[in-house]
Amino acid sequence: MPSKYVIHTKHMPHRFEPVIKSGIIAWEEGCLKCAVCVKKQCVYGVYDNRRLDPLQMIESIDNQCMNCFRCVQGCPRELIHKSLNPEYQALGDSYWTPDIISDLWDQSETGKIPVSGSGYPGPFSGPGFDSIWTDMSEIVRPTRDGIHGREYISTAIDIGKTPVNLTFDNKGNLVKKLSHIIDIPLPIILRMPPFGSLGDKTVQGWALAAGRLETLFALPQDMIDDGLKNFDQWLMPEVSSLGFNPAGIPKGVKIVEVPYCDEMDEIVKDLRDFNPSLLISVRIPMSEEMEERVLSTVKQGFAIIHLEGAPDGCFHDDKNRFVKDGIRSIHIKLVENGIRDRLTLLAGGGIALAEHATKSIICGADAVFVDFPILVALECRMCRRCTMGLPCPVNIESAPLDWVAARVENLIGAWHSQLLEMMGAMGIRDARRLRGEAGRAMFFEELDSSIFGSMGEVEEGCELE
Amino acid sequence: MSNNENIQLPEVLRTPSRFRNPIGKYRLMRNGDCISCGKCVEICPYDVHIIRRGQVFVKNNYRCIGLNCKDPCYKSCPVQALSLKKNPDFEVLGDYRWPPELLAATWYMAENGNVPPVGLEYKTGLSGGGFDKLRLVINKDKSLPEDLPDDEIDVGVDLNRRGDNSHKIRIRVPFYGGGMSYGSVSITTMLSRIKAAAELGTFCCTGEGGYPDELKPYDDHVITQVATGLFGVKEETIQRVKIVEFKYAQGAKPGLGGHLLGDKVTPGVARMREAVVGYPLFSPFPFHSVYSVEDHKKHVDWIKAMNPRALISVKVATPNDVDMVAVGSYYAGAHIIHLDGSYGGTGAAPDIAKKNIAIPIEYAVPKVHRFLQDEGVRDKITVIASGGIRTPHDVAKIIALGADGVCTGTADLVALECIRCHNCERGRGCARGIATTDPELMDLMEHEWGRQRVINMFLAWRKEIIRILKRFGMKSIKELVGRTDCLVHLDYMKR
Repeated sequence: MPSKYVIHTKHMPHRFEPVIKSGIIAWEEGCLKCAVCVKKQCVYGVYDNRRLDPLQMIESIDNQCMNCFRCVQGCPRELIHKSLNPEYQALGDSYWTPDIISDLWDQSETGKIPVSGSGYPGPFSGPGFDSIWTDMSEIVRPTRDGIHGREYISTAIDIGKTPVNLTFDNKGNLVKKLSHIIDIPLPIILRMPPFGSLGDKTVQGWALAAGRLETLFALPQDMIDDGLKNFDQWLMPEVSSLGFNPAGIPKGVKIVEVPYCDEMDEIVKDLRDFNPSLLISVRIPMSEEMEERVLSTVKQGFAIIHLEGAPDGCFHDDKNRFVKDGIRSIHIKLVENGIRDRLTLLAGGGIALAEHATKSIICGADAVFVDFPILVALECRMCRRCTMGLPCPVNIESAPLDWVAARVENLIGAWHSQLLEMMGAMGIRDARRLRGEAGRAMFFEELDSSIFGSMGEVEEGCELE
Repeated sequence: MSNNENIQLPEVLRTPSRFRNPIGKYRLMRNGDCISCGKCVEICPYDVHIIRRGQVFVKNNYRCIGLNCKDPCYKSCPVQALSLKKNPDFEVLGDYRWPPELLAATWYMAENGNVPPVGLEYKTGLSGGGFDKLRLVINKDKSLPEDLPDDEIDVGVDLNRRGDNSHKIRIRVPFYGGGMSYGSVSITTMLSRIKAAAELGTFCCTGEGGYPDELKPYDDHVITQVATGLFGVKEETIQRVKIVEFKYAQGAKPGLGGHLLGDKVTPGVARMREAVVGYPLFSPFPFHSVYSVEDHKKHVDWIKAMNPRALISVKVATPNDVDMVAVGSYYAGAHIIHLDGSYGGTGAAPDIAKKNIAIPIEYAVPKVHRFLQDEGVRDKITVIASGGIRTPHDVAKIIALGADGVCTGTADLVALECIRCHNCERGRGCARGIATTDPELMDLMEHEWGRQRVINMFLAWRKEIIRILKRFGMKSIKELVGRTDCLVHLDYMKR
């Protein structure tokens, strides 16, 4: 058994006060100046610790308030109220919701699994990943207690062409040379987000995090400069179909990604000439043509496919088809063709929460790309001001290298723990065996209609209550 | 039959909020023009305004029914000194499953023992699926007269259907209290719930955290829990009760162990759990002595050896094969299969587990019901559902889907003025004095107040369930079990 994979997390505070869901409104006018003011009785000491952040002109009470409503319900003149924060509601977009963004901020600060009391407060189900529940084992099947460290659950996966079988000679030596593979200790690859107010230290921080996590960091080849020279082996350059030059690829690089395009053959030939042992991943956007493209790419001998969904977890050309559907259909197609085990399927687009990684693997991916969350880890508010050339409200470009790396490690550390929780509950001890295990998931589409589909009849004249 | 049947139901006693400013949907603002004429005091039927020493005040904002009011004070005021606003606090409260209206409606029931008359949605939440998309289908031609006395409708549930030598227990209402441990909630909360259960002729479960001596007078209404950590389980506690519950898993954290932080292991908690003060406690997952139905049977036999007449309840979460687990539990000798759905409550659990692991109770119950029917054993075991039962309508819906009765948890706490802030475990524990062992915070609540609030809410539930049964034309809640034809799901409704 390999030594246990541990991600070292440590508390890494925000540089700016985060935007929070609701604020406190307290009027002074009419205050009775009670001897024991309800503000003094705050269980969390919010009013005692209050201060003003001079940089952002933000009152700390809003950020520390835990919404117990004791002061609201106690003030004799009803001078204290809570109200929703419009700035919070405006965060992100309909996919990258304020709750997701705020959840990612917390995990990046603490490195811990979000834990809370009382039941799940969210909707019954939702589109995409929210239409899947994962299984657990009870009485008749064993579970694994991975999170508290008593049982070993491996999250490692292999990238590359795995041999169908091994052949040995009379002396017991391998006859055929094994093809080159990379193994990473967790099924998560970092990827440069499509936008962001980035500085040199931001990109280096991500590379450093990838190195410490022992995974890969995918980024456009033209963003690789001398500042990244110590991180070669963790980089996954994405070459462009325009003006490609293999000489720009650092020596230590083990894997390169090429886009599915007309020039693919020439690019690959150049790459092979440059370094024959390079692994090559082919990036195919999730769209109607995807299936045909995947099969033809595999036929040409490529062993690593990157299915790239849109940032909102959908297909690029169809907002009603989701990344999870794309992964599942390609996985099943490859299984039907008897070639699934020979290649690695990477997937990305809209991977926003730890559960999305688990669910993508259940649907058939080997690993996922994580892009926006590594930016949100740095306090990004998804305001997209940077895309319009406006300054970043949280100056991401000025964040120091170590802080960037630590925040990302915290986030991925928290995700890794959550992956262990979900796998443990399912009784799965190896991420490689989770791949395509759709039997360990319950899909809304199937479950809901099988249970409620027959409950559609209403007799004439009946009333609904 | 148990002698429960002869006990008189408790009375509703009006029990207002323990906080100075109860939260309501509206706010009435009074400006300086007020001439204290007393007109508003006179016309408001809800005592929103009071007059004191010749001056008029808005005293009970939370009782204002706002836009539903037929004769609004703010329109009748001779000097236009009153204006109606939405309470900004209201929209900060609640969530999809427990929207602010449902919280306020539950507070209303706990205060008054009735469902709210107008203006507050008390039947469903806004989760957009399951219960919140199901509606009751009423055929008025079959309905019983509204004025039929409530006593003529039987809402009791038999818990022992095996016909074996164990206690013949019948609960008088189709619900009992789910497990909440000593430590996760205060002894005041435990006592409020258990006293209410005793008076209502039902039960309440201890959870996994021991059996405090304070509960002794109510032994006949206590279910004691045996869970994976075996905390506080003794031969004596098993022998004291009529029902013993095995907790295999919990809906909010299915497949995960529990972890009580060292700080929470106070001397009282340590004594109860037979552990060391200040050391963290792990409740492992699963029972490492149970990996098959045969092992499970050994567990049941072990309890029966200590307390031969005890009913055995098996509490399980809701995996895909929950139907197999239920049948296995029946064959192992269980009287009750208690299904805890994935949206249920907890003192603390990973958010990822609450949201994603295992299926909601609305799916699990019909699966289990059909499977037990096919196996020919449905009438030999009692199916209890929990995990997201918030309202009397949820009770009716889940019974129509195939349960015999339900277990409640969060609803009880909401009656005690929980606002679902989700911080049960943070800092000194619940700031509202419900789920805490901090002595100062515990003082925020008295168990007599708590007992009456829980009783009021459940009397309102009982009345409402009886009203629903009358509308269905049913004289017993047993007739409703598995009657999916009494339900329609809005997403599949044919018009």
